[in-house]
Amino acid sequence: MAREIPYIQALGEAVHGEMARDDSVIYFGQNLGLTDEDPYVQAFGKDRVRVTPISETAEIGMAVGAAFAGFRPVVQLYMSEFMLVAMDQVVNEAPRFYGMSGGEVKVPLVLQAGYGFTAGWAGQHTGTIYGMFMGVPGLKVVVPSTPADAKGLMTASIRDDNPVVLFHSYLLTLEPGDVPEGEHVVPLGEAVTLREGGDVTIVGIGWTVGKALAAAEQLAADGVEAEVIDPRTLAPLDTGAIIRSVEKTGRLVVVDQATRHASAAAVIAAEVASEGFSALKAPIGLVTALDATIPYSQPMEEYLMPSEERIVAAVQQAVGSSPVAA
Amino acid sequence: MSDNGLSPERLTWMYTQMARIREFEERVKRTFEEHPGVIRGHTHLADGAEASIVGSLAALGPDDQLTSTYRGHGYPIALGTDTKALMAEIYGKETGICGGYGGSMHFVDVGRGFLGTSGIVGQGIPHAAGAAWGAQIRGKGQVVLSFFGDGASKQGAFHETLNIASLWKLPVVFVMENNNYQAYTRVEQEDANAAAGEPLAVKAKAYSMPGVTVDGGDPVAVYDVVRGAVERARSGEGPTLVESLVYRLSAHGNIIAPPGVPLHYPEHEAIHVFGNVEEYEAAKRGDPVPRFRAKLVTDGVLTTEEADAIGAAAQQEMQEAVEFGLESPFPAPEKALDHVYA
Repeated sequence: MAREIPYIQALGEAVHGEMARDDSVIYFGQNLGLTDEDPYVQAFGKDRVRVTPISETAEIGMAVGAAFAGFRPVVQLYMSEFMLVAMDQVVNEAPRFYGMSGGEVKVPLVLQAGYGFTAGWAGQHTGTIYGMFMGVPGLKVVVPSTPADAKGLMTASIRDDNPVVLFHSYLLTLEPGDVPEGEHVVPLGEAVTLREGGDVTIVGIGWTVGKALAAAEQLAADGVEAEVIDPRTLAPLDTGAIIRSVEKTGRLVVVDQATRHASAAAVIAAEVASEGFSALKAPIGLVTALDATIPYSQPMEEYLMPSEERIVAAVQQAVGSSPVAA
Repeated sequence: MSDNGLSPERLTWMYTQMARIREFEERVKRTFEEHPGVIRGHTHLADGAEASIVGSLAALGPDDQLTSTYRGHGYPIALGTDTKALMAEIYGKETGICGGYGGSMHFVDVGRGFLGTSGIVGQGIPHAAGAAWGAQIRGKGQVVLSFFGDGASKQGAFHETLNIASLWKLPVVFVMENNNYQAYTRVEQEDANAAAGEPLAVKAKAYSMPGVTVDGGDPVAVYDVVRGAVERARSGEGPTLVESLVYRLSAHGNIIAPPGVPLHYPEHEAIHVFGNVEEYEAAKRGDPVPRFRAKLVTDGVLTTEEADAIGAAAQQEMQEAVEFGLESPFPAPEKALDHVYA
């Protein structure tokens, strides 16, 4: 039975559900579980729900150690940029031990990190930085684009035996959507096709999935049928699903809120160019944020962001400016 | 009755582990000369720290755990990990304790409580605290030892972790092996406490936990201090910072050379950087392994013959470890992709 709840509530439902299901799930971070009335504290007690100092290296490092000890830590980091002060733990500790130990040490943990808060937060709290993490072997990178996926992917992330960074979109925080009640699991590493079409493949990620779908509707009015794919997991990336779609459509536009050279879009484009070149009828279009530090002022901020109009323009360039003949 | 409640058998066990660690490290060092090219990358030896390692581990119970640094050969040896598997790991062989995936810097033996070794200075400290949080939740009285060096105490990870560990009264003991050198840099060149003539253990004061400095060349003294800290942690009173004063008898690590150039262990930094031969010679005169042997013989715990036999057994064991490592096969190249995701 599904009912409509916001994206952020869906994430919380997954954490709460997994804590209820599995005693080894522990939840901690800054400014949470502060009173005895806190619902997590009430449900699970202060052993498993803890507020931390502003100490990201220790928070993430202790998650690694708790994982060594058989727990499944979920670290609430709020903003993904806060991981940057603890990059060693995220990139060079958590994902390394399984490989370095020859498979003896598993490090199941989830880092919940919001990204892309381009809503007046200026230069240091608006980054779309998942691309920095998707090339780290052993680390999984998950970016839900809907409330239902937020719940299902968070649940799968907590159950996964690897370190996972779940990037939630700040711009989607209050976005409502139908979310199944009770257990809901969306497997990691599987893309989803949200709209079928034969003229062009549009890949959206997180917040840009909605933009891609809106652009597809606009294009349909002009007779261009776009297929829209959401990878949902950036590492491991479901390259096969994207290439199969491109083999059908012959054209690809990738839409990403990240700046171009730090984007997942660049990686996806490289994979398709390398593995699916013979299917391509046109150059791959990249619709990313423009390469600049995000300014505070709204007109400048919006100027840098991918938009429905820019997606439509990129698709039109890929298919030629005239409608595609049957 | 013997020192600090340690039975003659326990003291003999301690000396045996010290002798085994020393001999293992000697054989690693000799490998650079006798079998050039067998050991790759960077290798860090624990010779000089045997008393501190063994004294600390002697204070642990069977369910306790530890994490250490990339200078981490000594801990699993004392815990009973097969030295053949350890040497084979350093030689990059399939039979190594981590199957050749980790090498010298990343030993692990979860079954014996040795949870992992980070190769990045200071970054294993929060891992120990996280494991200690797990122990606190389980409530079965486990304690975790966190081993690191003096250099690590200038890392944010150290300070962040000591704060949380004290705040949460985690069952963890922080054992800082202060060997006076941060790689090649002398401690008073990089540590404000040392420069002011204070022990590094004063850092504990900032986190409202006990800070104790101990002679890390005396395994019984180390045992005594760490045992007290372990008991404190086990009873729920929280962590302790133990500063164990050691002197490493080898250089920070082997010379890292481009392919084709023989790798070797240079002289200790006291000599090759600072030209201070006397400091190093004094440290050699205080070498904790012969020092403890002499004490046990003087105290009547061991006869010289028994002490010699312990040394001979260690030599035989490590000879076999070297041979096993040399004879073992390399892993199949494609196994490189076996452990990307769990």
